[in-house]
Amino acid sequence: MKKFKLGLMEKRNLKGYLYISPFLIGFLCFFLIPIVQAVVFSFSELKIVPTGYTTTFVGLDNYHRILFVDPDFVPILTNTIINTIVDIPAILIFSFFIAVVLNQRFIGRSFVRMVFFMPVILSAGVVIKMEMNDIMNQAMVQEASFMMGGEYFLNLLLQLRLPAGFIQYIVAVVNRIPLVIEASAIPILIFLAGLQSVPTDLYEAADVEGITGWERFWMITFPLVSPMILVNAVYIIIDSFTSYRNEMVVFIADNAWSRGGYGVSVAMSMLYFLAIALILGIIVGVFSKRVVYIK
Amino acid sequence: MAVAYKYKTRQARNLKHAKRLHKLGKVGWSFVRTVILAGLCFMILYPLIVKFTSSIMHVDDMFDSSVRFMPKNFTMEQYRIAWEWMNYPRTFLNSLGLTLTVSILQLASSTLVGYGFGRYNFRGKNLCFALVLLTLVVPPEMIMIPLFLNFRFFNLFGLIKEPGINLLGSYWPFILTSMTAMGLKNGLFIYIMTNFFKGMPDSLEEAAMIDGASSFRTFFQIMLPGAKPALTIVFLFSFVWQWNDLFYTNLFIRTGDGFLSLALQNFANYFVSNSPVSSNYPWQYTSLLNNAGMMLFMAPLLILFLIMQRHFVESIERTGLVG
Repeated sequence: MKKFKLGLMEKRNLKGYLYISPFLIGFLCFFLIPIVQAVVFSFSELKIVPTGYTTTFVGLDNYHRILFVDPDFVPILTNTIINTIVDIPAILIFSFFIAVVLNQRFIGRSFVRMVFFMPVILSAGVVIKMEMNDIMNQAMVQEASFMMGGEYFLNLLLQLRLPAGFIQYIVAVVNRIPLVIEASAIPILIFLAGLQSVPTDLYEAADVEGITGWERFWMITFPLVSPMILVNAVYIIIDSFTSYRNEMVVFIADNAWSRGGYGVSVAMSMLYFLAIALILGIIVGVFSKRVVYIK
Repeated sequence: MAVAYKYKTRQARNLKHAKRLHKLGKVGWSFVRTVILAGLCFMILYPLIVKFTSSIMHVDDMFDSSVRFMPKNFTMEQYRIAWEWMNYPRTFLNSLGLTLTVSILQLASSTLVGYGFGRYNFRGKNLCFALVLLTLVVPPEMIMIPLFLNFRFFNLFGLIKEPGINLLGSYWPFILTSMTAMGLKNGLFIYIMTNFFKGMPDSLEEAAMIDGASSFRTFFQIMLPGAKPALTIVFLFSFVWQWNDLFYTNLFIRTGDGFLSLALQNFANYFVSNSPVSSNYPWQYTSLLNNAGMMLFMAPLLILFLIMQRHFVESIERTGLVG
């Protein structure tokens, strides 16, 4: 009797393959095969001929060219990585703070939430590209960051005699404030969802025990939202891959269509992916041990 | 309130004093909060305000230092030029058609796949789900060139004779990738749907099964109507991202100005190299024209967002995007 029942469930579960079959087909055709091709291309020279394309195996030539001949690749790569690493803590802290604030009750809350979501809509690929080319526009937006008092702020920090590295970091973050806000739109939503999923009975129990607001935040809210920090860190890194503000992305695309050719461009994206995968690995490794999961 | 009460019994003893202090702190915080949020909102909206005001500004106003936000001389000239140059009605409809096609197909495929992952336990499920996450982590730049070549010489992976069909410039690359859940950020949509279906109660499905509903009927009649918040979110996100996308559009369409984003790109490039004739300040005028073009490009999304804003933000919370 029991065996029959299991069989029924197994039969039912076979339908699962049917449901995910679109993904399996897509993964094979438009992901796995292209990736294998990309690996092959990165070791070859690729030419387009009327009947298709030909590849000639050239060994490590493409990689050699990128790392030792091309003067731009290494600086751009390190620059991109440094920018990403600078951005991650800034975005995390900012979006967490905003999410906590937006989770409180106040007049006009839904309007403010809407505004913080706006960057998702406003940051179209074309618009970013045009803004970067449009000097007039840049000048006007620059005015906005002067209103933040960039110069004055730097002087203040210098007078405080803080360590130089710290000042550099702060200044780098301040210069990137508009970018940080823009990149925070989705992380804020993720944190908000996390904050709202904290069970209210925990707060009630803590209130009965006579907890202060400060303790309440650090001992309940923060640990329970900590998985979201990991999710957001991963999201932020992945998001920066496709951004048109990312120098590396633009550089790889340029190489494909004009400068170095397909093989070189693919090899570049391979190295870029390895670098990002390394960062992701480190971050997931460090965070996942400290994160608290309920259930 | 409750917190303040305990604070005072423990520390201050003086009930009135503590209450007043608490109230003062509350007022102070709400003041600080208002200032911070107002400032940040202004910073976010600032580029949009600049774009809008300068798109309706006469070019002379740019050199008038007394003009801050409100232009003194209004003109719709920039909009007229951008509208005509970009062939707005046609490109708008093309873009709308493409975006709707892609987002509906993405919605359908990721709902099916998410249902499979969320409600069935089959062998290798965790491995397959890890593959979904992998598609999210690998940057699309890496498979950009192979994809480009595969669609340029599309031979159904060896089934059609050389040299294959050139699918570039048509809707097909978009349709094929979004139908098979491989479109723009599709892994994320699968993830959202999976988590949502996982959270739905088992009893619904069991009841339907006992009543003799087939698996597909359960899916369409029982599960789908309950999944509205998740469906809304996936559709809206995929619509917005596809509308804003330049990467796949550039890759699969390559040339021409049939779509709004490409038309806008060409429009901007054209006036960078050819200064507009009708103006004394060609360079600055280009910027005004660009702003008008960008406003035309963003207008449909802004309108959509204003209509749907409640769904945008609140559905995410209800979906439990994060599981």
